[in-house]
Amino acid sequence: MSYLADVGTLARKDLRLELRARDTLPAMLLFVVSTLVVFHFALPAGADEVAAQGLLWVALVFTALLGLARAWAPERESGALEGLVLAPCDRSAIWLGKSIAVFVFLAAVQVVALPAFAAFFGPVGWETVAGVALASVGICTVGTLLAAMAAASRTRELILPLLFLPLAIPLVVGGVGASISSEPLEFLAFLGLYDILFAILCWASFEYVVSE
Amino acid sequence: MISARALEKRYGPKRALRPVDLDIEPGSFVVVTGANGSGKTTLLRLVAGLVAPTKGSLEVGAERGELGFLGHEALVYRDLTAVENLDLYGRLYRVPERRERLGMLLERFGLWEARNARAGSYSRGMLQRLALCRTLLHDPKLLILDEPFTALDEEGAMLLDRQLAELRDGRTVILSTHEPRRVEPLASARVALA
Repeated sequence: MSYLADVGTLARKDLRLELRARDTLPAMLLFVVSTLVVFHFALPAGADEVAAQGLLWVALVFTALLGLARAWAPERESGALEGLVLAPCDRSAIWLGKSIAVFVFLAAVQVVALPAFAAFFGPVGWETVAGVALASVGICTVGTLLAAMAAASRTRELILPLLFLPLAIPLVVGGVGASISSEPLEFLAFLGLYDILFAILCWASFEYVVSE
Repeated sequence: MISARALEKRYGPKRALRPVDLDIEPGSFVVVTGANGSGKTTLLRLVAGLVAPTKGSLEVGAERGELGFLGHEALVYRDLTAVENLDLYGRLYRVPERRERLGMLLERFGLWEARNARAGSYSRGMLQRLALCRTLLHDPKLLILDEPFTALDEEGAMLLDRQLAELRDGRTVILSTHEPRRVEPLASARVALA
């Protein structure tokens, strides 16, 4: 129970920081809406639904990347990560708390992005919503770990996309597949498996990311 | 409490700490001195477990939760208030009667009036006082203080003098400073790094 209490404390801290500083969420919202508007005008008239679904995932992945790049900024600016690392809580709680906060930001973005997509390109089915939700879990778990690794580097802006995008490919494959396939459950199961596998890997390896 | 043999730290080809032997008994008050670049900060960070040694051995007889570390940075969130920062650490360290304890520390270090202001709006000296509150919040058994007098005005420094005299009883203190004379009356041992 104390582990979950630590996770809750850390996630609440991140949400409070964002509510106060408003550094990340407004930028993510503006970015995703702007991207969908650009895609709306860039996609030729009469383009099929499959192409539009692909663009939705491009917008979501790059919006997530924008948020992930800022995920550890409060810790980086004040050295607070060392304060957390010194605390007697399990270090994986730091990763899980941050992942939950990033998931909340991403969910807030999707609440705006999916209706905007529907307005520009056509209705969004339950398969797409489920795919987006499952892919978001994977994006947050993997992305938060990679962002912590990148945060320690001077070239973090370059390193994070280079690390994150290859690992996001299966999420895009699963998400687009769930959106356009006649058998979406197979793709949703694939996304669920990715989430479980990578969540366990990230949970177990975060300790080594924050230790020298 | 702390035992080190041929403890050394390198960052690539650059040596941050020359091989050093240490034996610190529980209850000691150890002052670490040395010129800039001699490895004072590196030694303290090694003892705190924030960096790993390149060579040699190090044993510290305190768990993570029993250790209080004051570094060059305050290790607090700039967009949280002093109370929120200390409450966060108090929860993570499972400090009993957290609110009372953090209130007492804020009052003692002269931050009570500014308790609801964001740490980002604090002066360097106020940040150092807040960092001291964070370090002492969980009543640590081993205190590691890296140049704690930095940025403190004379009033703050005198307050810290009194705190250190009180804290000396029943705990181990390892402190680095460029003003060894200031803590000379409290010191039980001295480590001079070359």
